[in-house]
Amino acid sequence: MKPIWIFALTFFLVACDEAAVPSSTAPAASQPITLYSARAEHLIEPLLSRFTAETGIEVRFITDTEAALVARLQAEGANSPADILLTVDAGNLWHADHLGLLQPIESEVLSRNVPARYRSPQNTWFGLSLRARTIVYNPERVDATLFSDYASLADPEWKGRLCLRTSQKVYNQSLVASLIAHQGEEATETMVQGWVDNLAMDPVSGDTRALEAVAAGLCDVTLVNTYYLGRMLHDTPTAPLAVFWPNQESTGVHINVSGAGLVTHSPNPAAAIQLIEWLSSDAAQEDFAGLNFEYPVSEAVALNPGIAAWGAFRADDLNVQALGELQAQAVRLMDRAGYK
Amino acid sequence: MILAERPQGRLQHGKRSADTIWLVPALFMCLLVLAPVGYLVLAWTQIDGDIWRHLIDTQFTHLVGNTLVLMAGVGIGVTLVGVSLAWLTALCEFPGRRWLDWALMLPLAIPAYVYAFVVLGVLDFDGPVQSWLHRYLGRTPGDARSPLLLAWVMTAVLYPYVYLLARNSLISQGRKALDTARSLGASPLMALWRVGLPMARPGIVAGLSLALMETLADFGAVSVFNFDTFTRAIYKSWIGLFSITTAAQLASLLLLFVFAVILLERSTRGGGRIEQQPASNQLRYQLKGPLAALATGWCLLVFAVAFVVPIAQMLAWVVNRAGDWMQPQLWRLIANTFTLGFAAAVVIVGAALAVNLGIRFAARGRILSEIASLGYAIPGSVLAVGLITVAAHFDQFAGTTGQGVLVGGLVGLVLAYLVRFYRPASAPIESSLYRLRPHLIESAQLLGAGRVRIALMVLLPILTPGIFSAMLLAMVDVMKEMPATLLLRPFGWDTLATNIFNLTSEAQWERAALPALILVVVSSFPVALLIRQSRTS
Repeated sequence: MKPIWIFALTFFLVACDEAAVPSSTAPAASQPITLYSARAEHLIEPLLSRFTAETGIEVRFITDTEAALVARLQAEGANSPADILLTVDAGNLWHADHLGLLQPIESEVLSRNVPARYRSPQNTWFGLSLRARTIVYNPERVDATLFSDYASLADPEWKGRLCLRTSQKVYNQSLVASLIAHQGEEATETMVQGWVDNLAMDPVSGDTRALEAVAAGLCDVTLVNTYYLGRMLHDTPTAPLAVFWPNQESTGVHINVSGAGLVTHSPNPAAAIQLIEWLSSDAAQEDFAGLNFEYPVSEAVALNPGIAAWGAFRADDLNVQALGELQAQAVRLMDRAGYK
Repeated sequence: MILAERPQGRLQHGKRSADTIWLVPALFMCLLVLAPVGYLVLAWTQIDGDIWRHLIDTQFTHLVGNTLVLMAGVGIGVTLVGVSLAWLTALCEFPGRRWLDWALMLPLAIPAYVYAFVVLGVLDFDGPVQSWLHRYLGRTPGDARSPLLLAWVMTAVLYPYVYLLARNSLISQGRKALDTARSLGASPLMALWRVGLPMARPGIVAGLSLALMETLADFGAVSVFNFDTFTRAIYKSWIGLFSITTAAQLASLLLLFVFAVILLERSTRGGGRIEQQPASNQLRYQLKGPLAALATGWCLLVFAVAFVVPIAQMLAWVVNRAGDWMQPQLWRLIANTFTLGFAAAVVIVGAALAVNLGIRFAARGRILSEIASLGYAIPGSVLAVGLITVAAHFDQFAGTTGQGVLVGGLVGLVLAYLVRFYRPASAPIESSLYRLRPHLIESAQLLGAGRVRIALMVLLPILTPGIFSAMLLAMVDVMKEMPATLLLRPFGWDTLATNIFNLTSEAQWERAALPALILVVVSSFPVALLIRQSRTS
């Protein structure tokens, strides 16, 4: 080989190496935690800064959709730099677990702070905030006594008065999955068909859009996660929107979680567990949920007054793992029912 | 004469094997593109019959129907808008022509997903238009989403491809040919139809194929409209049904569509070779009176709807939301976006140049450039997953795993951009090469110049406008790109596009207005340069 090539090759390899390990001068003790997050940056960044300030442990993260992050974890395999996967729904945590990407955490703190139904039975992932999907209606145009269960939205009473978000969104897939778990596939399909028949307009792209449609009078009732309502009322306190808690006499309001799991090949598991535990602690819970008007997973934490005003409700006690297990079935059911 | 023929004969026969060497860049580029595509095709080794039956039973008819309807609408839209504007600004003179001819390129700077949510912000039930109609005409507000409006959304952001490439062809053909046609008795419109359009056809078709491929790969705009196209089935299989293999299979089917588009382009490109005319300072048709008003009016209308209105709406949102910008790192986002765009554009254009010149010298292997173009029509995140899988294998093989060389490294990200945006960079270079007079190369060969010297001394100066266009197109595309950037960026390399993702993932469209607006402004610079250079060329 000519000297120039050797030189070029060496230069290339050195350059790669430099690019690869930026400032890895930090001692192993304070090795940073690497977080793959599907939760939006502005909802986690303030908390992570606090964690770093309190413990001195750096946290670096990238945000993306759950599916992409799971694909990345899968591709990287044993060499992934990731320690924690953070998602905004249970289905994706279940899926990542199912692919062997998460490992169990034995932690008294987490077992105490996170109720059993909001974590996987194998402790491979833990819910950190709760997301209640409920009925929201326009009190100026609707008699709330007509509501009872999610299924009541299929009644002919609501013909041309219902708005729904697209079935492509995981929140609706999880809701339908929970209903399949409770009432079986056949009854759920009939119910979803009833919803579709009652639609006032094609399903919309987001929960906020659905709320705006109700507020504007294009329809009278919709199904959304409560924090979207919280956000909207925060901006427009006069919006004609009210909450109805369905299924109070039966199975309870559908709950999904935003949660985290420890990656199987985590290079820094001790610090990662410390961070997940910290996120479940009372001090962090207030912000983790509160920044986004969600419900804290830890029952010990007080609610934001705006949220508390919607009243207490009976929550579904189905283990949220079922949402992942039944998600694909739910998607197919909604496809068959013509729910776009 | 005899002396002149001899060297050429030697070139064509004696150097046959040496010619193949020129195809090395093309082969390398194909390998790069085929690696992730291969991942999609390999997915066919495990077929989930259950999911397929389900998709065929419940989804396929309307997905394929919707996709075809959208492609037809966008195809017709970009052709009508792009060609009419190109004809007016390239060959006519009317009030406002001087600034409109570059301003009409600006919509290219707006990402389709941004334009989609802004259009709904303006036109939907709670937007200013319906509020006004409601207040003064008592009309009940309604759902503004429709396939037609969606086709317009895609048309508005994609027509600049047709406009740019058709305009370049029309300018370089010159008015001479049109005048000749007219002196033979053709009316102006007839001259355009029989002479102007056929001359501009390679440009029009190249622009049209770019627009159609982008439409096929789009996920953002169709999601805002909740319009089910083929791309959405890919995402449904992947995200909803947890079957990434079915998603990959569907994505590889999408490639069939793409082949159809490419075949369309190739078939219309056939026919006679069109040669470059010496660029002369040509006279334009002076439009007067109502005709001039019509021309100005049409250009202004397109410019207003496709650019001014969305900018105004975004500005209004930014002002409304002045309280919660929360963007201390805005400068870093801008710097990252620009650096990535520029670095990637240099690499992409270098590759496109090497591939196309190589093919020209070897005088065969055109199909390789088409294969290298496939990355453009694969939905970004599917391509990104294919790439990350291949990159992870490579990292393992090269012993660079976990060091973030390919996966989560700048090298990997730039390679991803190369695979995705080879096509828009290659198109202008290819079409300048195509319009090149063959005798230029022949003369240089006769004078004994080698290939490298021909490339540097003869071709490069002639190709400069094409290279410049390629550079700017690639740069704008890279800066707008979202899914691959999200998945492959190194830590800390957040861009304006990833920032928009972060805000819109929680459906906070209005808060995304600030980064979106900045992205549009930042991308407008290369776009404006693009048209200015094509004017002076």
